[in-house]
Amino acid sequence: MLEHYLSLAVKAIFVENMALAFFLGMCSFLAVSKKVETALGLGAAVTFVLTITTPLNNLLYTYLLKEGALVWLNPAWANVDLGFIRFLAFIGSIAATVQIVEMALDRYVPKLYAALGVFLPLIAVNCAILGGSLFMVERDYTLGESTVFGFGSGFGFWLAIVALAAIREKMRYSNVPPQLRGLGITFIMTGLMAIAFMAFAGIQL
Amino acid sequence: MSKQTKILLDPLFDNNPIALQVLGICSALAVTTKLETSIVMALAVIAVTALSNFFVSMLRNLIPSSIRIIVQLTIIASLVIVTDQILQAFVYDVSKQLSVFVGLIITNCIVMGRAEAFAMQNPPVDSLLDGIGNGLGYSVVLLLVGFFRELLGSGELLGYRVLPVVSHGGWYQPNGLMVLSPGAFFLIGFFIWALRTWKPDQVTED
Repeated sequence: MLEHYLSLAVKAIFVENMALAFFLGMCSFLAVSKKVETALGLGAAVTFVLTITTPLNNLLYTYLLKEGALVWLNPAWANVDLGFIRFLAFIGSIAATVQIVEMALDRYVPKLYAALGVFLPLIAVNCAILGGSLFMVERDYTLGESTVFGFGSGFGFWLAIVALAAIREKMRYSNVPPQLRGLGITFIMTGLMAIAFMAFAGIQL
Repeated sequence: MSKQTKILLDPLFDNNPIALQVLGICSALAVTTKLETSIVMALAVIAVTALSNFFVSMLRNLIPSSIRIIVQLTIIASLVIVTDQILQAFVYDVSKQLSVFVGLIITNCIVMGRAEAFAMQNPPVDSLLDGIGNGLGYSVVLLLVGFFRELLGSGELLGYRVLPVVSHGGWYQPNGLMVLSPGAFFLIGFFIWALRTWKPDQVTED
């Protein structure tokens, strides 16, 4: 059982990296990776929120939205399938979670709150967060699996964005062709990083 | 150029959402392994961006600014649900291949970004044009990337064989890297390089 979870986590972190293999969270991945420090903050916020929202949306889907999920309320509703509103339900629950997490951190862990700063409210619209929940539905994860998957994908994103930011900090001292500066070279670097991460493919625990 | 033509055509190359505004890259790359999925995705994004801009703009004077994000998200999410249902009804196979990426149009920064930056301040018709324009600017990149990835990665276009591949007795050795994610990153990087060589005023410093 533990091995299964471990293998799932390794897969989510390295092999199926959110940013490098599925291109999720790309906007903030490129926009917030100029400095290692801010990249660390964003990565932490993403990991934190993904670990909470993925299992939460799993519960929401299993007990409210899936076909036949409403049986526990009324046995006659076995044919009700609310699956199509999952986009709306997930984005709502994500936005609400981010808000609650923000308030709770502000109240109880002000240090962490200050460190995450503006990134917390922003990640409500980060595709990696919604993507995590949608993948969870598509792959039929259980509650435990989705917690591990959420954490793993967040951690993978964290790793990738910090690595990219570190490279970009060094890049400032290189003589890049003017037309390629900024976005162009960042894309090419991300491509190279994606190749590096592909080396993890095929790892089986 | 009249103002409205400018609103419509500017995002194509002069103010391209992907290459210059750095918006909407999230779902753009994963769907471009084939030209067919790229076309369907492009159409879906144009429709959602245009309509969400239109509706947000119509409601712009009624939305209290403190809850505008959630109102915009609700409008966008509803449009995406409709789009998803239409895709499932008419092009089921493609919809299966697009998998989660149709849903991810909701968090596509282009849609949100244009609603927030343009539709909240401008009348409905202009916003509709701005939405279509930005959708088209996104489509240009998407179709180019899709075109090259399918052509170089498998020697086909829209499922028809264009380059005779080695395994079928031809001369072309398919480049497997193009089908995988790094290929997409490289292609977009080269696209931006080409665009900025053509339009040097878009060059940025760091």
